[in-house]
Amino acid sequence: MTKHKVSYTLDSTLETVENAEQTASQLATDAGFDEDEVMRIAMAVREAAVNAVLHGNCYDPQKKVTLNFEMTSDDLVITIRDQGCGLDVNKIPDPLAPDNLLKSSGRGIFLIRSFMDEVHIHPSQTGTEIKLVKHVHGSAVDGKEASS
Amino acid sequence: MSMKISTRQVDGVTILDCSGRITLGEGSITLRENVGQLLAKGQKKILLNLGEINYIDSSGIGELVTAFTTVRKQGGDLKLLNLTKKVHDLLQITKLYTVFDVKDDEAAAVKSFG
Repeated sequence: MTKHKVSYTLDSTLETVENAEQTASQLATDAGFDEDEVMRIAMAVREAAVNAVLHGNCYDPQKKVTLNFEMTSDDLVITIRDQGCGLDVNKIPDPLAPDNLLKSSGRGIFLIRSFMDEVHIHPSQTGTEIKLVKHVHGSAVDGKEASS
Repeated sequence: MSMKISTRQVDGVTILDCSGRITLGEGSITLRENVGQLLAKGQKKILLNLGEINYIDSSGIGELVTAFTTVRKQGGDLKLLNLTKKVHDLLQITKLYTVFDVKDDEAAAVKSFG
């Protein structure tokens, strides 16, 4: 059952990234998550917002980023959608591979998956939607899940 | 809070005392510019004091890696000092903790540059 839901449509700017992070931090705090979990949730949202603004919409002022925060009795669910060409999930490199360890980028999705209980990435030709789930009472599933 | 860096010299080692956030945008650029300026002046022994860094994102991690590889390519060395728990945990998760030479004592860190 949804207890609280809020949506934002934002420009493709770094300010949007900061707003997304701050909003996530506030909502996670309000939901009762502890300080470490709040930091992880906020960072996951920040990384997803960076991907949307930078890689999805490429800072295009005509393209928007949509943020949805939904608090249910069981989960905090955050959905971030861009209007880019669609992320190719098969081309996301493994940042822990020896050849990639010293690369300057490519760790965003990895951190998101590390910090959230569930991560669902839905790319399409009209944009990418990433859904982040954090269980209120801890992870109910064994390990992280990511699907397209 | 954005990133702030102050620079000092100790026994031939340049210590960058960093505070604030290393994130996409201003923080990453500040770090890149400071390291670039040191290399341009031939100062290749660099110790990044991250004791007052309270937040770093994937872009900031990337900037640390870039600084490290850039200094190494020019025959220098870049080490990290005084990691906060948050930064320490992030470097562990990303398997970079063993890539960087991480110190927790400044005098010993300076001496380790040789």
